[in-house]
Parts: sequence; structure tokens; C-alpha cells
Amino acid sequence: MQSEVLIEAKSLTKKFGEFVAVDNINFQVMKGEVLGFLGPNGAGKTTTMKMVNCVLPSTVGALSVAGLDVTESAREIKKMIGVAPQEDNLDPDFTVFHNMIVYARYFDIPKSEAKKRTIELLQFVQLEEKRDVLIDQLSAGMKRRLILARALINEPQILILDEPTTGLDPQARHLIWDKIRSLQKQGVTIVLTTHYMEEAAQLCNRILIMDNGKIIEEGEPPDLIKKHVGEEVLEVAYDEEVLKFLKKTFPDARLDVVSDRIQVFTNQPKGVFSRILRRFDFKAAMIRDANLEDVFLKLTGRRLRE
Amino acid sequence: MKTSSRIASFFKIPKLSYRVWHVWRRDRDVFMKTYKVNFIPPLVEPVLYLLGLGLGLGGFVQLPGGLRYDVFIAPALVAVSMMYASFFECTYGSFVRMYYQKTFDAIIATPLSLEEVIAGELLWGATKSLINSSIVLAVISLFGLVSTPFFLLVVPLSFLVGLLFSSIAMCFTAITPNIDSFNYPAFLFITPMFILSGTFFPLDKLHIGAQIVANIFFPLTHATTLTRAMTYEGLRLNLLLNLAWLLATTPFFFVLSINMMKKRLIK
Repeated sequence: MQSEVLIEAKSLTKKFGEFVAVDNINFQVMKGEVLGFLGPNGAGKTTTMKMVNCVLPSTVGALSVAGLDVTESAREIKKMIGVAPQEDNLDPDFTVFHNMIVYARYFDIPKSEAKKRTIELLQFVQLEEKRDVLIDQLSAGMKRRLILARALINEPQILILDEPTTGLDPQARHLIWDKIRSLQKQGVTIVLTTHYMEEAAQLCNRILIMDNGKIIEEGEPPDLIKKHVGEEVLEVAYDEEVLKFLKKTFPDARLDVVSDRIQVFTNQPKGVFSRILRRFDFKAAMIRDANLEDVFLKLTGRRLRE
Repeated sequence: MKTSSRIASFFKIPKLSYRVWHVWRRDRDVFMKTYKVNFIPPLVEPVLYLLGLGLGLGGFVQLPGGLRYDVFIAPALVAVSMMYASFFECTYGSFVRMYYQKTFDAIIATPLSLEEVIAGELLWGATKSLINSSIVLAVISLFGLVSTPFFLLVVPLSFLVGLLFSSIAMCFTAITPNIDSFNYPAFLFITPMFILSGTFFPLDKLHIGAQIVANIFFPLTHATTLTRAMTYEGLRLNLLLNLAWLLATTPFFFVLSINMMKKRLIK
């Protein structure tokens, strides 16, 4: 990984009236990396993306992209960023092809070049057969792919993907993941937001976890898992006696009771749970690898967010 | 914030570039996709009015100097088409693009600014006024209701009038909570103007108070007066007052509407 800083936020804050959407955050995005913003709904991820993309002014703090200040050089910055927003904002009056051509115009890309890039990009996202189709005849997955292709029309150095696979079926999701990986190989720096832990674990070199407008943790996915939830998790059916026993056996472990199951997290090395299971016969016992979702729920809690 | 600086923030001169035309071209492209449908109202409406009101009702109407009623209302139909085309483009049309289609959000993620997006919408609204009123103008001239060569001036006039109505419309778009609320300006502002701007009867038949209101608050009064002069009455010096009224109010609402939209969309 190169160590050139491409995006840097210092004490970045965004208030909507009294409500603090982004609360004094600091972060850096390195050139060439895929950085994931994780967080529950309303954590401030999208607001942060909009500030980076220069469509939303910050209330306090400094934010620079490629060394340029967002308040002074919005136009220059927007030229080098591609954005795939969360909501579908494709133009329903135009075909797939014309959506790309009209979008290219906003970047002052000459028409012949725009056509050339459109053909290449539609091929890249496997939509070349849909080029003359109107937007409302596309499936959700096709729309997401077209939005991704549109975000690439200006050959951006930085790609912002706001929940790129929300609502997609597994096939469509894997296709998008493949494209994101191949874009990273081409040297594009990617900032994405997601609620899918698997997506973050699969794609991101580094993640930031946001909650209530603050960054509460950051690091590489395997390190975060090890640090917060250890290597393995033991899950057994809930039972008063078993809970007491587990508390005694693992005095340092964290025990979560979630509906009718007990989850045991420990910092001890792999194998400790299987030794226990060999001696005792717990109901519905299972040992699994700790994952990012465990980290996320530990840090942000299980309370529902709207 | 102090009141004076609050007011000043509504009249900040927007920074615009040639990129405004990218927005205009987007709207034009959509219009051209459905142009056959778009040309029906400006073709059919004036014919209906000229037959129904001009010839039908006109038989019962006596105007000063024995003026024929269809001659009198024909230029008003041209002016009314300027108002309707631009006002509805920048209320319902712009609202759909802003709120339902998220078109503005998509465009401001590119090198365009929100000011440029709104300015492009306003220029497109003015263009719609020019297109529709030119068609109506062609229709009334086919009916033989145009009798001076000054009618060519109606074309630039329609762009100016369209820009004014677009800007006023955009102010409503900036404050409307939902699309149904456009009924308020449509029925409380546009419809009274349609009837009371010297369109279907001479303004001097109204109470003096109503005449003053029509001259101070109704852009359509000035548009109608000017169009009437350009199609059959001929030019005269006091038309400069009508033109001055339009030239003063248009930049006022143009700048105001852009700032109001900024306040709505960029928190």
C-alpha cells in the first residue's frame, strides 16, 4: 500500500440545526486503498460522503481531497471523483446509453470520447445489451451497475460508493464486488459505505466504524476482529446452569445472551472451546470463527436504529 | 443572523458558467424525445379559444372602435401561452426533477454547482415559453390576426417573459412542501392573472383599484400589452414602461429563486 494521503479530514463536523450528524471526526484515505465506512443507519456515513464530494458544506473542520480544500476547489475536486449514490437518480427519460452521454456532458467530455467510454463501461458492467433500454425496464441490480458505470465516465481517481449493493441478490452483489476489486487493481482509490459486514471484510483494506456521528474504531478487519472478539466464538442454547458454568470456566470472557442463545467471546487462542465441548455435551453447541459482525454489534450495540 | 444580512443572503449574485447550458441541453433532450405530444397543446388551445371565444362569444361583444373580438384576444393567447409554458415547467416539471427523480442531486455530484442547475432550469423554462408562444403566434397569423411586421419582436419578448415566470415559479418550488401545494399559486396567482390582465376584456373596464393591482403585480398585464402592440396595434413610446417593468422584475426573481433553492437544497 502506498502511503500518500489522498483525502484528509480534521475535526470535521456537520450540524443540521441542533442535530449533530457528524461529530468532530478525523480520518485519512490513502491512495490506492479501499476504505469502508461501517455504521448503523443515521451514523453519519452518507453525510461524510457528501462532504467529501463537495455537495454538502461542513459546519466546522478542514477537509481536503488531493491537497485541495473542499470549500475553495469544489469544481476541481468533483472532476476527479466518481460517485455512486445510495438512491437511484438515473434519468428515467433516457435510455441506458443516453444516460451515460448526458452525464459525460456535465464533465465536458467531448461527444466522440463520451461514446467510446460509454461503450467500454457498459461492457465492463455487462450492460452492453441493454444500451437502448429505458431505465424503468432495468432490474435493481442492472441499475446499480449502470450507476457504477456512470460514476466511472470521468475516469475518476477516487470512487465513492454509498451502499453499493444494498437490496441486491447474491449474484448481482458478487458481480459488483468483482468490479470493485478490478477497479482497485487499476489504481482507483475507493471509499465505500456499507452495513454488510461480509462486504466490508471482503473488499476493504481498512474500515472505520461510525456511530452517532463519531468514528468509534478503525483498523484492518482481521486486527479488529482479534482485538475485540478474539478468534473463535462459542454459541450454545440458553440454559441457566450452562450460563453459570461458562461464567465460572471463562472468568475473563464476554458472555452475550441473545434471544435463546449464549455467545461466548474470549481472548484465548483457538482450541479452547473444542476442549470444553469434548468434555461436556451442551445443547445445540457450535464453534465458529469470530467475524466483523461480532465486532460491529459489540461496538454499536443491538438497539434498533432508524 | 442580523435581518439585513439575512435579506442580503437571498440576493447573493450567483456564480454561473457556460455549464448552465449542460442542464438546458438535458431538459431539451427530454423535450425532443416526446416533441410530438409537446406540440399538441400550443397548436390546439389557440384554435379552440379563437373559435369558441373569438367567433362564438365575439358575436355578442362590442369593443371600442368596432375592433373584432378575435383580433383583441389573439395576442393575449400568445402571452398566456408564455406564462403557462414557463410557470408549469418550473413548478411541476422542476419539482419532479428535484424531488422524485433526484436529477439535481445527480448533476451536482459533477463539476456543476446547484446555482448552475437552477439557472439552467430557468433558461429552459424561458425556452419553453419561446417554443409554445411561437407556435401560438403561428396559429393566430394563419387566422389572419397579425397585421404588423413587429410581430417578430414577440419571439425575444417571449424569452424574457418566460424567464420571469420561470423565476417566480422556482420561488414557489423552493418553498412548496409537496407537489399538490402548487394548486395554491396556480389558482390564487395564475388563474386570476389569466382573467384579469387585460386578456379577454380591456383593463379600463375594471375598477381603478383592480387596474392598479393588475399593473403592479401581474406580469401578464405587461406581456399582453406588449404582445398586442407587436401584433396589431403598432409600437408607441409608453410601451417602454411595460418593458422596463419586465426588465426590472426578471433579474430580481431570477437571483431570488436561485438563492431560495439553495436554501432549500443545501442545508
